[in-house]
Amino acid sequence: MRKDERLDVQSTAAVPDEWFEWDDKEGRSAEAVSRPSLSYWKDAWRRLRSNKLAMLGLVFLVLLALLAIFGPIFSPYDVNQQDRPNQYQAPSSEHWFGTDSAGRDVFTRTWYGARISLFVGFMAALLDVTIGIIYGGICGYKGGRTDNIMMRIIEILYGLPYLLVVILLLVVLGPSLGTIILALTVTGWVGMARIVRGQVMQVKNYEFVLASQSFGAKTWRIIRKNLLPNSMGPIIVQMTLTVPSAIFAEAFLSFIGLGIQAPHASWGVMANDSLGAILSGYWWTLFFPAFFISFTMFAFNVLGDGLQDALDPKLRK
Amino acid sequence: MLRYILKRFGIMLITLWIIVTLTFVLMNSIPGSPFTSESTTNEVIQENLEKHYNLDKPLFVQYLNYIKSIVTLDFGPSIKQPDRSVNDLLGQGFPISAELGGFTILFAIISGITLGIVAALRHNGVIDYLAMAFAVLGISIPNFILATLLIQKFAVDWELLPVATWASWKHMVLPVLALATGPMAIIARLTRSTMLEVLTQDYIKMARAKGLSPWKITVKHALRNALMPVVTLLGTLLAGILTGTFVIEKIFGIPGMGRYFIEGINHRDYPVIMGTTVFYSAFLIFTLFLVDIAYGLLDPRIKVHEKEGD
Repeated sequence: MRKDERLDVQSTAAVPDEWFEWDDKEGRSAEAVSRPSLSYWKDAWRRLRSNKLAMLGLVFLVLLALLAIFGPIFSPYDVNQQDRPNQYQAPSSEHWFGTDSAGRDVFTRTWYGARISLFVGFMAALLDVTIGIIYGGICGYKGGRTDNIMMRIIEILYGLPYLLVVILLLVVLGPSLGTIILALTVTGWVGMARIVRGQVMQVKNYEFVLASQSFGAKTWRIIRKNLLPNSMGPIIVQMTLTVPSAIFAEAFLSFIGLGIQAPHASWGVMANDSLGAILSGYWWTLFFPAFFISFTMFAFNVLGDGLQDALDPKLRK
Repeated sequence: MLRYILKRFGIMLITLWIIVTLTFVLMNSIPGSPFTSESTTNEVIQENLEKHYNLDKPLFVQYLNYIKSIVTLDFGPSIKQPDRSVNDLLGQGFPISAELGGFTILFAIISGITLGIVAALRHNGVIDYLAMAFAVLGISIPNFILATLLIQKFAVDWELLPVATWASWKHMVLPVLALATGPMAIIARLTRSTMLEVLTQDYIKMARAKGLSPWKITVKHALRNALMPVVTLLGTLLAGILTGTFVIEKIFGIPGMGRYFIEGINHRDYPVIMGTTVFYSAFLIFTLFLVDIAYGLLDPRIKVHEKEGD
């Protein structure tokens, strides 16, 4: 063996040589990483996948999005096609989800409702994130006096009862898809801005930001390249929680008569319309919109929880 | 501490002023006067009406009058029900809404915290999973849907409880349940997660080592610390319950403030909308202020006067 050949050369030590063993360098390397190298996103995805509940939520949302887009195609009925003689038909092979007070097909209306609810949710979340990132980013990055003043403004806005402001805005602007999203954004970006600020304040003290700065990177570049990617986790989690709260707000507003107006269908409108019908036993008119509102909220909530765990590098196993 | 309270008080006043001004600006930016929709009025009557409600004065004077009326807590008459003032409506509706809201928040806090503690103590046990499944469901189902389901089951199918209105304790069960489930679920989840965190702390080990009874450890050592995040959440929960009362009152036909508010919106009765909005906001902002102060007083670890922003 090779080992014996070399033993003589180093046998001067006090410790008996037989205590030592030569490392078999060819067979094994100490430098090799014992597990596959994963990027942050791959690792997060791996952890998210192992969370069954969160995956259930994700699968449901993907299915819902597909059905919202393609669902109405499979239906021979039009959203607002009324058929008075056939009102309150129970679910059957003709009308899968039954028909409502005006004989409209609940199946078709449910997917149109999904379009509107998801659209409101995602648009509101997207606008919140955009404004929140700009405002919170400046706050957190600049710090000092700028941050102080901007945070005072946030503190004041944060105290405003947001649904009341939304209601006021809708009373004045008149309810429509655009004004609902606008009203939700006017009040919704504040929470996002606070989170972005907290993240940015934390990340900006890391060495790689100092390195960037010393290379002469401009503020905007540092925010874009260093700060944002490293604070994406909590932002995404907040987003998954913003979407269901926007969907809920839309349903709530429709329910008190300030949401999407007829003939458009949203889940809230459908639930509101069927309030009287359910007492007469036409449960399906309420069940389907109610089920999809609830399950969508559920899906976003468990997905948000799962993402929170998956995107937190401290929880890496 | 005093400096912090004063600062928070100042912020509260500014927030109040903003919502009051916002309400005024928004209500005034609606084209036409509140009377343009009335078909019976001719021009002279309309002018007189506007004079009566001071709507012919310049905007700035109207604004000053408006601020004055709010400071003196006089919101003027309702436009659609001229024989009743907004104060009347508030005076009639508020006690009922307060009753509904009060019971709701009490129920939500007590049951939510209990559920959270039990789940945390039986971590990863059957009870834990059941409690959390219930919590997720509670968060997912909007209160107006829950309310309809409850009415359908308890009132219509099983005829155990009255369908609507507000008279005896029996009438309160369903609305309070419908309204409290969401906040309860949120409180339970939060209590559970903070309890789990607190239970791993060294001082709990210490207490155990001293041989304290599990009850004492849970209540005296763990719970007190675990409840702090729940206190911070109270403000938001209260806002949710408050807006929740609108729909719940509408569904159950409870003659509270929320119902007048919704009716005001549907009839575009601006003094009613303005009055209730300002009242609600003031109430809410003031409670948030109290919650903040309470938080500062309760938790010695937080030196409130040094707290910055976040």
